[in-house]
Amino acid sequence: MNFMLIAVIVLGAIGLVAALVLFAASKKFAVDEDPRIAQVNEVLPGANCGGCGFAGCGGMADALVKGADAGSIEGLNCPVGGADVMSKVADLLGMAIANGEPKVAVVRCNGTCEHRPKVAEYAGLRTCAAMHACGAGETACGFGCLGCGDCMEACQFDAIRINPETGIAEVDEEKCVACGACVKACPRNIIELRKKGPKGRRVYVSCVNKDKGAVSMKACKVSCIGCSKCERECPFGAITVGNNCSYIDPEKCRLCRKCEKVCPTHAIVAVNFPIKKEEAAV
Amino acid sequence: MKLIVSLSPHAHGNDTVERNMYGVIIALLPALLVSFYFFGLGSVIVCLTSVAACVFLEWAINKYILKNERNTILDGSAALTGLLLGMNLPSNLPIWIILIGALFAIGVAKMTFGGLGNNIFNPALVGRCALLVAFPAQMTSWPLPGQWLKYTDAETGATPLALMQEAIKNGNMEVLSQLPDAFSLLFADFSLNGGAGTIGEVCDLALIAGLVFMLWRKIITWHIPVSIIGTVFVLSGLLHLANPVYADPTVVILSGGLMLGAIFMATDYVTSPMTPKGQLIYGICIGLLTVIIRNWGAYPEGMSFAILIMNAFTPLINNYVKPKRFGEVPAKN
Amino acid sequence: MNIKTFSIGGIHPEENKLTHEVETKVANLPKQAVFPLSQHIGAPAVPVVQKGDKVKVGTMIADAGGFVSAPIYSSVSGTVLKIDTAIDATGYRKPAIIINVEGDEWEETIDRSDKLETVKDHPELTPEEIINRVKTAGITGMGGAGFPTFIKLTPPPTAKAECVIINAVECEPYITADYRLMMEKADEILVGLELLMMAAKVTTGYIGIETNKPKAIDLLTKKCAETFSASKYHVEVVPLKQRYPQGGEKQLVDAVINRQVPAPPAIPVNVGAIVQNVGTAYAVYEAVMKRKPLFERYTTVTGKRLQSPGNFLVRMGTPMQDLIEACGGMPEGDNKLLAGGPMMGKALTSTEVPICKGTNSVTIISDDEARRKEPQPCIRCAKCVGVCPMGLEPYLLAKVSEVKNWERAEREDIVSCIECGSCQFTCPAHRPLLDNIRQGKSTVMGIIRARAAKK
Repeated sequence: MNFMLIAVIVLGAIGLVAALVLFAASKKFAVDEDPRIAQVNEVLPGANCGGCGFAGCGGMADALVKGADAGSIEGLNCPVGGADVMSKVADLLGMAIANGEPKVAVVRCNGTCEHRPKVAEYAGLRTCAAMHACGAGETACGFGCLGCGDCMEACQFDAIRINPETGIAEVDEEKCVACGACVKACPRNIIELRKKGPKGRRVYVSCVNKDKGAVSMKACKVSCIGCSKCERECPFGAITVGNNCSYIDPEKCRLCRKCEKVCPTHAIVAVNFPIKKEEAAV
Repeated sequence: MKLIVSLSPHAHGNDTVERNMYGVIIALLPALLVSFYFFGLGSVIVCLTSVAACVFLEWAINKYILKNERNTILDGSAALTGLLLGMNLPSNLPIWIILIGALFAIGVAKMTFGGLGNNIFNPALVGRCALLVAFPAQMTSWPLPGQWLKYTDAETGATPLALMQEAIKNGNMEVLSQLPDAFSLLFADFSLNGGAGTIGEVCDLALIAGLVFMLWRKIITWHIPVSIIGTVFVLSGLLHLANPVYADPTVVILSGGLMLGAIFMATDYVTSPMTPKGQLIYGICIGLLTVIIRNWGAYPEGMSFAILIMNAFTPLINNYVKPKRFGEVPAKN
Repeated sequence: MNIKTFSIGGIHPEENKLTHEVETKVANLPKQAVFPLSQHIGAPAVPVVQKGDKVKVGTMIADAGGFVSAPIYSSVSGTVLKIDTAIDATGYRKPAIIINVEGDEWEETIDRSDKLETVKDHPELTPEEIINRVKTAGITGMGGAGFPTFIKLTPPPTAKAECVIINAVECEPYITADYRLMMEKADEILVGLELLMMAAKVTTGYIGIETNKPKAIDLLTKKCAETFSASKYHVEVVPLKQRYPQGGEKQLVDAVINRQVPAPPAIPVNVGAIVQNVGTAYAVYEAVMKRKPLFERYTTVTGKRLQSPGNFLVRMGTPMQDLIEACGGMPEGDNKLLAGGPMMGKALTSTEVPICKGTNSVTIISDDEARRKEPQPCIRCAKCVGVCPMGLEPYLLAKVSEVKNWERAEREDIVSCIECGSCQFTCPAHRPLLDNIRQGKSTVMGIIRARAAKK
């Protein structure tokens, strides 16, 4: 009995001493941090995705507070939290914030298994980076989506996946926060961050093939052949054709869809528009 | 008729995981057969149970817990673990204890870490040491050789290591005269009293034959076995010269699990260092620890613990011991 | 007698030198010749002809596009069809000049006689003149890498050349082009070596040959003695143990003169050696002595299932399809078409790829033989560490590249990897080690370049 009492007292005393030491240390060695950084960090989503350009939410909070002290938090945006979170942060810091347009990742390739036949078989490590280093891939188009999923690996929000039926990447617009990880991961620069558009509507050229028209048509039925019909048709000067490939400037595009109608290879894609009777046949 | 592409190289040598694992099992066969001859029915039951239990457990864990599409039991590593575990046990161990040992070896030491290639500790040794700590009485009763049809009811006796430990503890030199001499240990003289031990310990010549086979097939390199045996020999030799209560070094290296451990357990791919220099350091430390535990520790056998302790150091050795880089040497004429 | 070899690692793949004793045939002219503008390391060449121009054999069709670059000469006579893109050995469509072949008319400046021109016959030659002729002839490394030769012959001020080493090792399985060149043009090669030594201002030369070519060793040893014994040059034929990758520059320098080239950015000349492929030496002879620019080469077309594999003297720009037809056509079933050998060759998706300056072989391997098995987890057997000729740890480099830990990759010397493939060849678990290491190496080299550019 004696021994047990002694053991309890000794251990209790050790615990008490340890607690006092820790308390003293936490006071003496406390780091003076601006309390606002912790407050801003609370408001931020905490995903540490890097979409803002900083390593984690902590880094972003630090930058925001520094920016607020310097007079402006212009240019700092959390794509995950969006306008909601940014306005909360602005209130907290007593700043005004310019609202950025919501963006979404767009895969500019429509070379599905149906449109783009295979000419060889790739039997190596199944990553886009490896296949890209090996050559054009399994098809005759050296610019198109390889379908091995490096973008899928990079996405932390499960917003992009390779569709097993089409063989190319597809973005889930609900989940995409336009952090840009997939853009960096794609070895062929096929993915672009474009404006989401009113009601999610946008028009873009779903091809980045820079080969001459005859060559790219042989490789893929829906490739852009650089014929420039779209460029001539656009009433707003939003389209430029260079290197045998067309590009629609999202800032200038007014979603009139005239270009889509004249494109001979159906390389121009319009998403989230209501389907009219006569278009259903296309 | 199509063209296949991939990045180079486009050729491959003949080596496979299976070739290496089954190669080790073949290397163990001489020792196994001698042991069956020595310990009879008991050893057959213990080894077969161990192998079957390990393979079954790996299959079951792969299928029901990890839900892998491809079951790894055919690559030979589970069977090898089972065989090595069996050879580390006395031949009168009841089946239920063997099953617990297999559970520790495969379930705890191998699969929880992620399966083949990811474990830190040698699975067979984890199984054996877990059993040693949990069932000390059953794990330290050694059947005498020659009792072919007996299993758990076999008569037991002392091992050479137990005799050595007694000599050191009590300063009793006469006990050492009961030790089998080096020749008997090497060639497994059938009639010796002190010749008890675990199933795999008894015939050193068969184990050395296995080593030669593995070196010839390039399954392992010489660095680990030679450094372990060499270190133990040198240290035991020094101790013997200082005080004859410590046994003759040739007897020391041939007794107990030293040969089995140095050749088959310490050379396990996954848990040993990846560079020749690192392997030598690893081997020397194992030798040192074995001598320390055998002579001044509580257990007569130090090999298993020494190897497990050095397994923990392998990642550190891999981090700091790098192979000599081409071009590191200054230009010489 | 101890046969020399390199100090670390190495493997022994099957030799498969099916075409060792097949005499070189002159390949037929193609109907259309395709000249990619980038056949060498450095800036692509710039076309100097346009659609409709008539060219002869030996006419310059593209000039060097920068300092580290080389001109391209037409290997055929005919009319320029177009300057367009065509698939080359990278697997992508790249800018190329396409010529329709008409007849076989050569530029008059080229000496087509068979007379052996020796250095003694041309006392007017100076090192600068030799280098100039090598430069204008567009000679680049013929062993496959394609580094402009004239730059190699003018080392940077920090390095001093002490010897020229001819790489006649041909350690890759299947390839026999260099061997046939040695057996058929030994005298010319030795003159080429002398020219190289003159240009590099050295008096020591070595010719490294693997022991699986005993006839070549004997022939060249005899000829060396005849040619150089009474001269100021010391030339030695060095037999080397048959081991892959003995033909790698660094391994060759290590074996022949026992010096190890340090990690990049060091190059062999930093330890005093200038290494040239034996085909390059022959091209130097032709350029300097016969005023013949580089437009044809010895190429092996081989494969176990080809009807009649052989060695060809082929005009560059010939599509591989023509050579494969000459050997009996593409074998049935699925195959791998390689530009180069099985260890470092490039797999191609089209048989229309043309023969370029560095194409030393066209190898066809059947899918059954070449198909990779399913990779298993790494069993940490350390066999890859044992075979790496650069003393690296392939399992570790592959792992850190896979998880994109670029700082660790740089610390583990990933840029020293010569991409020989010994690790992946050996791995019992069939892991794609080199695929991952290559990815890591190119990323880390990009990071290093960006860092240097920022300074």
